[in-house]
Formats: sequence, structure tokens, C-alpha cells
Amino acid sequence: MQEADIKFLEDSFKKYYFEHFDLIRVPERTFEREFGYQKFNSGMTRHISIKDDKELHLLFMQNIPSDVYCSNAYYSFPNLPMNEKDWKEADLIFDIDAKDLNLSCRENHTVSICNECKQVSKISEHCLKCNSTKIEKKSLPCKNCIDSSKTEVSKLSEILIDDLAIDQENIHVYFSGNEGFHVYVHGSQFQQIGSRERSELADYIMFNGIIPETFGMKKFKPNRSSFPDFNEKGWRGRFSKQVFSSKSKRSKIISELLVNGYSSFQKTLDNVSENIGVKIDPNVTMDIHRIFRLPGSINSKSGLTKILCKNLTKFDPYSEASFLSDESVEVFANCPIEFSLKNKKFGPFINEKVTVPTFAAVYMVCKKLATIA
Amino acid sequence: MLALGQDEIAKYPFLADAGQYLKDKGFTLEQFGSDPDLKQLVDKAFERIRVAANGKIYKSDLIGDQVSKEAALPREVFSFLLAIVLLKLSGMHTLIKRFALAEARRAEKYLEKDLANISDESKKELAIRIIDDLFSIQVEKLDDYFVITVSDYLKHSINFHEREWKLINRHVENGQVFLTPHETVRLIRKELGTYINSKIINAKTPTMIPGFEDSVNKLVSLSKKFITFTVTTGEYPPCIKHAIEELEKGENLPHSGRFMLGAFLLSKGQSVEQIAPLFKNAPDYNERVTLYQLNHLAGTSGSGTQYICPSCEKLKTQDLCFAIPECDNIINPLQFGKKRK
Repeated sequence: MQEADIKFLEDSFKKYYFEHFDLIRVPERTFEREFGYQKFNSGMTRHISIKDDKELHLLFMQNIPSDVYCSNAYYSFPNLPMNEKDWKEADLIFDIDAKDLNLSCRENHTVSICNECKQVSKISEHCLKCNSTKIEKKSLPCKNCIDSSKTEVSKLSEILIDDLAIDQENIHVYFSGNEGFHVYVHGSQFQQIGSRERSELADYIMFNGIIPETFGMKKFKPNRSSFPDFNEKGWRGRFSKQVFSSKSKRSKIISELLVNGYSSFQKTLDNVSENIGVKIDPNVTMDIHRIFRLPGSINSKSGLTKILCKNLTKFDPYSEASFLSDESVEVFANCPIEFSLKNKKFGPFINEKVTVPTFAAVYMVCKKLATIA
Repeated sequence: MLALGQDEIAKYPFLADAGQYLKDKGFTLEQFGSDPDLKQLVDKAFERIRVAANGKIYKSDLIGDQVSKEAALPREVFSFLLAIVLLKLSGMHTLIKRFALAEARRAEKYLEKDLANISDESKKELAIRIIDDLFSIQVEKLDDYFVITVSDYLKHSINFHEREWKLINRHVENGQVFLTPHETVRLIRKELGTYINSKIINAKTPTMIPGFEDSVNKLVSLSKKFITFTVTTGEYPPCIKHAIEELEKGENLPHSGRFMLGAFLLSKGQSVEQIAPLFKNAPDYNERVTLYQLNHLAGTSGSGTQYICPSCEKLKTQDLCFAIPECDNIINPLQFGKKRK
């Protein structure tokens, strides 16, 4: 990124940080957390410990970071190197990202930016101008992306509450600041489990590694009585609702499944998995030493803020997570996709000089689809 | 510690305080080496180890034969305690491991029986208490099942590689996992083995007892049978091949895939400089970052931790596994192509 762009982003971020200290709060048990941050065009600084809101605000004002992170883990000595920190426990975290949902809308609002000649083209595996394969893909997520991510969050919450006995009030959903949601679970029976256990939990939630026997389909002499009932709890119940669709069809469909046999049932499971499994990023859930974007901080991939979603159904990130100023800025924009922020539409801009509000300029500069004029 | 009856000590002899038990019964170890009647028990102890070493479970005198129970009970406990003495004198760790596992499986049978015992509530209670005392798992009875919390379940089930133990293939409800008595006990087999193993390892080694020499020598030669050699084909497993192919094609291999590849090749003895060029075609290739990350993996920079290649199970979750039949029975890509001779 060029100097002028960095300066512009830093100025805009700084203004936000200064005016929105109310949104940037240290999490509970601050002393036990590890903090980290990145500056534009620079590496990660981590293993930092922070006392209180005041010290956190100082970090923001002194460094003007592009991104700020905080551990979901609790340590005795968060500022020491990893193997001396003395890990105590960690909140459960989940990352749901629209880019992992295989949505058909993606190709309509994703562009490929060539790392060598900077050419912006519609989604492609190589640069249409210089043929280089060093391509960076940038997406401007649409309403469908956000709605589909919300559906995944709801599916996740249902499993957390019904299967894993987690209290609704201990589940906190945040907009990630870019293309999805971060879900935190505090104070559950899973606080102290390690990475391998969390990986198993991720498989459970994603509906990974299922065997036909779990749903009553045996290799030899299968019988109808072991198939799940429509109203069963857990995955057997969700499977029934998906595959039988109604109580009255259950018997007929079981007969079909039995006729089709074991290996066909495995395929049915794979198909069902696509619909009923929750598409979380397992790497995030199984990482017990992660520093995860700090609520209230700006995501430098978009200039939007990671904020708590009090009402997920109604939540609209493009009006509720954009906090930057309305002041006009002139940019060279090469943004072939229309987007909307704070209820205003922008673009498409094809290699043109335009004057837009700061929040829209930041969005495009962060996506590498504009530079300061 | 649990207060145990004679019957229980015979079933779960590893719970007893060995020295105290002998004292209570009025015996010394030396008597077992010299008294011809007692010496039979040393042979019995040797037999108990031999059976275990061959991967079988020692057949107890307790089963069925109620008439001789009075006499059988102490014999059962003595043979266990003497087996430990013999193992300590032989110093053969491979035999200790095998013995501990076999004893765990033997105890498992009794635990399962006791858990499922509907006529004698106290037997079930004892089994539940043993599981709680030794492994801090609270088991509750719910209808025909035993339930434990999901987190307790996971702590133990991650040691199993069979798919039916995956949480997704379990009856989960309300934060709990539903298990049969058999499954409940099977879940702690490995820990039970570890528990017995550590009890033996931590026991004091006595000086050689006259009359024990023969059995000890026989154990030393028995343990030689279990020394194994491994050979490797040197071929890369499919997950590693796939990762290399992806990079060659200039595809964007995810961070987890790069971690796997780097850690794998480092474990195979390649140097950071040899590995780095593999990443050249990656869309976001940056030599400085690649070298930094590889050095971090190798433990030559950063915390000094040397990272190891993730397990097959983890790679499956990360969508990086492309198993072929030759992958059967391995749990980490590093084991691919290794054969025991």
C-alpha cells in the first residue's frame, strides 16, 4: 500500500478511535489476556498485557494500529513468550465467514487484483492483463452473504444451546468487521479443554466424520427400528427433519434408504452435511492461543468495526458497523462492483476520480480498489 | 483412598497398598522365595506377566468357582503384587507397559460388570466411585445409560481413532454424552493402563530376593521378543503430495496446509533453506515471511518450540487429508510407509 493511502487510513482510524473510546473496552479479566496489534505495512506485535481501558486507549493513540487483537485464552503471565505464559483456560470461539459458504453470489461481487501489475479484473485464477498467477481476491459481500452467515450463526446457537447446554446469555455474537461473524461462549464446561478436544467439538458442529451406523444404517442386516425418530434431540433429530421432511414420509423414506444400501447412505450423509452442518472455520475453534480481533476495533480489510450484534436478525453491518466520518475525499477508484454503506449507494467506478465520503473511501482503499488522489 | 473389601482388592489389586497388604496377611517377600508352597505363587505371577506380554488377559481364578473363593482371593492379590516385584527386578519397561495394559483390561471387565449390576447397588456405586476417584469423571445413571459431561467425554475419547468414538457419532443431549456400561469403562482403558503403569514405575525396586532369580531371568529373555525394527519406504503420504502439487500449480494452499508441509519436511530432516523454495509459486509468496515462518516451525527462532506435523485426525478436520489404503492404521503422516520388522 502506498504512503498516501496509509496516511489516509491512519488519520481516519485515529479519528474513530479518539471519538469512540466508548466502544473500545477491555474484556473481562483483562490482566489475564494477551493483546496484540498490527500497524499498516508491518508485522504483528503481540505478547502484550494491558491493565485497563486507559492503557488500551493509549495503545490505540500511540500506535494507530490497523488491527488490534486480544486472546480468548486466560494466562498467568500473558506478556511472556508462549510456553511460559501458563495457559489457564480459554473461551470457546467460532468464526463464520461468508467466503467459506460456497455461495453462488460470490462471483458477482468478487474481483481479482494482480499483485504484479495491479490490474483489477472479474474473478479469475490469473491476471487477464499480464497472465501472472499472483492474484489476490477481494470481495464486497452482499446482503445474501450476510444473511447466509446469519443462518449459520443461528444453526450454531441452536446446537450450543440444545446439545451442549450452553446458556443463551453466555453466547455473544459479533460482526467480524468484514465478511462474517465471531461467536464467543463464556463460562461453559469447555473452558479448560485443549486443542484436540476443541477440534472434535468443531467436527461435531460441522457434522464431520459421521458414520451411517449413527443414524441406524448398519452394514449387515439393517433394520428400520434403529432409524431416528422425527422428534429426537440432537443430530438424529436434525437429520430426521432434513431427510424425512415430515413425520408422514418417514416410513416411506426409511424403506428407500434400506433398499439403496449402506454406501448410498454414506452419500446421503455427505449431501445432508452440506445443509445441516454448521460452516465454521475449525482452525479458529481449535486454536487455544489465538489472539482474536478485539471488539470495538476496526477491521483493516474493510474499515468497518467489529461490533456486538444485539439483534442478529435485524442487524445490518453496512449501516451499523460503519463509524467513520462523512467528510468528502477525492480518490482514484477502480471498483467495478456497486456497494452500499450507511444507506448510500456507491459505484461502480471504472478507473475514475471521484469524491466520496471518508467511510466509503476507506472501504475501497482497504479493499485495494481505490487510492488517494 | 477407597476402603476396599477382600473381594474388591482381588478385582482391583492396583488400588491396594502392596506393603501394607503383605504385612496384614503376615508375610514377607523373602518367604515367597523360600517356602515351596508360597513359591508356586511366584510362578503364577510369572505366568500372569507372560500372558499379558502376549496381549491376552490373564484368566482369573475368581470367575465362576465360588467354592474356592476364600482361598482364591488372596492368591489373586499375591500374584499381582509378586508380578510387580518381578517386573521391577527385571527392569524391563516394555513388559511393564504390556502388563499394565492387560491388567487394565482385566479390571475393565470387572468394572463393567459392577456398573451393570442391577441387583447390587453397592457394586455399581463402587465402580462409579473408582472412576471418579481415579479419573475425576462424574458418571451418573440415567435410565439404561450412564451419562458424563461432553467435556469429560472429549478428554478421553480423543485418544481413540475409531470413528464411532467421535462425538458426532454419540448420543449427545443437554451437555452430556450417553454411554453403555461397556463404553463407559472402555473410555478410560488407556488412563487405567497409564495409572497402573505409573504405580509400577513409581514402586520401589527391592534388592534381589533369593528364589526369584529364575523368574526374573526368564522375564529378561521374554522381553527380547518384543524389540522391533522399523523400515521406511521414503515415499510421501498423499496429504503431503497434494500440498506440494497445489503449491507447484500456484494454488493458494491454506496456512494450515503450509504448516503441515513445513513441519512434516522439517521432521524428515530437511533444512529451512531446502524447504523454502517450495512456496515460491504461492500467490502471496514473500521470501522474508516464508523464512521467518519456517524458522519459527523449526524452533530456530521465536519461542524455540519445535512444531510437529499435525495428526491425521486434525488434518481431516482441516480438509487436508486425502487418505489412500496405505494410510490405514497410521495416526500421523510421519508414520506413513513405516513398517515393523
